[in-house]
Amino acid sequence: MITLAMLDHAAPGSSAVSLQLAFVDYLILGTYFVFVIGIGWAIRRNMKTSSDFFESGRSLPAWICALGFIGANLGAQEVIGMAASGAKYGIATSHFYWVGAIPAMVFVGIFMMPFYYGSKARSVPEYLKLRFDEKTRTLNALSFAVMTVFSSGISMFALAKLLNAILGWNFDACIIASGLVVLVYIYSGGLTSAIYNEVLQFFLIVLGFLPLVLLGLQDIGGWDGLMKNLDGYSAAKGMPGAWSSSWQHMGSASANPIGIEWFGLVAGLGFVLSFGYWCTDFLVIQRAMAAKDMNAARRTPLIAAIPKMMFPALVILPGMLAIALYHKGGSASIALPIGTDGNPDYNMVVPALLAKYFPHGMLGIGLTALMASFMSGMAGNVTAFNTVWTYDLYQRWFKPDASDAHLLKVGRITTVVGLLISAVCAYAATKFNNIMDMLQLVFGFVNAPLFAIFLLGMFWRRATGHGAFFGLLLGTLAAAVFHGNTLPAGEAASLLKGGWISVQHTFASPMAQSFWMAICAFTSCFLGTFLISLATTPNRTDEELRGLVYSLTDKPQEAPGTAWYARPMPLGLVVLAATVGLNIIFW
Amino acid sequence: MQLDIRLPMGLLFLILGVILIGYGLISDQAIYAAHSLGQNVNLIWGAIFALFGGVMLWLARRARE
Repeated sequence: MITLAMLDHAAPGSSAVSLQLAFVDYLILGTYFVFVIGIGWAIRRNMKTSSDFFESGRSLPAWICALGFIGANLGAQEVIGMAASGAKYGIATSHFYWVGAIPAMVFVGIFMMPFYYGSKARSVPEYLKLRFDEKTRTLNALSFAVMTVFSSGISMFALAKLLNAILGWNFDACIIASGLVVLVYIYSGGLTSAIYNEVLQFFLIVLGFLPLVLLGLQDIGGWDGLMKNLDGYSAAKGMPGAWSSSWQHMGSASANPIGIEWFGLVAGLGFVLSFGYWCTDFLVIQRAMAAKDMNAARRTPLIAAIPKMMFPALVILPGMLAIALYHKGGSASIALPIGTDGNPDYNMVVPALLAKYFPHGMLGIGLTALMASFMSGMAGNVTAFNTVWTYDLYQRWFKPDASDAHLLKVGRITTVVGLLISAVCAYAATKFNNIMDMLQLVFGFVNAPLFAIFLLGMFWRRATGHGAFFGLLLGTLAAAVFHGNTLPAGEAASLLKGGWISVQHTFASPMAQSFWMAICAFTSCFLGTFLISLATTPNRTDEELRGLVYSLTDKPQEAPGTAWYARPMPLGLVVLAATVGLNIIFW
Repeated sequence: MQLDIRLPMGLLFLILGVILIGYGLISDQAIYAAHSLGQNVNLIWGAIFALFGGVMLWLARRARE
């Protein structure tokens, strides 16, 4: 997820909300896990070929893929992190959705899915091989594989640490149990099992968090009460009105709590980072590629965009409610632990609201939803990892003539290995927090320029393999150099924060630094790929590029008489119009 | 033949709904005053969960016929 490096770690601080569970809560949790494992068990017989295991046999309907598409992304880092940001930044957090997600989701559905799905590539790195060359594919596959097991490990760590903090559960037991549950259902049911569980988790989160939001709103005196208290809070923070509007304070970085101005936000988050994530990250693309036909694959991100644009009400609003309650009545109205810096521990917003509003029964539902989201975050990464490892690394470099049965076996073993590495990462995170932050930073360097080679590769047939490969390296290098020369305000120069070469520019916030770093990396990669492509000879003939490049691919046609909502273009336009509407309403 | 996800999903939400309704009926009403502004959220949301589960089961059944 694009926000991983930008948001605080989901892990709570030393002080935490404490919850006690009753029998009924355990009963609810237990029931859920019986179903999770049961689904994997029930479909294990369908896993006959490697395509069944890694691609769901390309057989799923659009609505299931769509819910998997957002479900895989709706990890607990998002639930906890977005609520934390809602408290920290207010309504403007919705930029992560209405600017930082929807436009890119519409773009990938309308323009890019025809190449992913139509090319018959089995993964995003494999598309890069068909379009460019083997070295570009391997570079992408390697960095992606490392990143996914690492992300899965972070989810595992965050889950265990949270449960340990609020419920007093044993840390090791949480790691082992969560790893085993995910292992059992992916091992037996592959991608289909992961997607089915993402669908389950999606509804669980919606129905489990909606009552929390409704009770909070009622308590604070409705929307007006919320706005009144947020205005009071933002005035006390010296930025009157900044928590209750999304765009009005985006004129300059010093006028809003995010510390970013509109251009850096739109270009850095809305274009480079968002398109880089939603349009190229195999974790989400894999869900769309599991669809039963081209139309379903293209509509997957578009259908997913509809609930996605409503999510701020579910995940950001709780944070805003918590901070408004906190402003209204201090710790008497909400028990938010205060961190060492004097601010509330924002990561405790969701647990604090659960403790306040949910009696036993619903409390079990809320916790189940939270655990489900952590696990589907892990499962999403593990399924993407085992596919890329098996097809793009193992089959290519170790056993090109592997039989399909062999690949299926490798996929299953990789699931076990992937989860073991995740567990190692989770333990590493407990001991060496800085190494984890460092790794996230390096992934940021590698990911920021990525969209440039897809954009050029799909829409400019002259782009060459050398151009893409060296352009990507150049973009990564540019990101590192940019980071080494800039620093967020109030920070001392360090390897982690930046300024380790020299300090040429100081940004208002770490987020502004990372958005601008992305802009710089993208531009360098784009220009580098462009110039190197012109200087090198094309390594693919037009015939080879058919189905991979816009100008050489037949546009997918819908059957005449297809309803507007079943056609990607009109559906995408409606989604975009609705997003513009939301931006205006909450201006 | 793929498993229709609406079947296990409907069943899960129906069971969760029944558990919530059951607990909402037998639990001490004081916990609702302490937490959920006096509303028996277990009863209300249990009914919504069960209804959602029922609709899913109905859709799955309709698709099979």
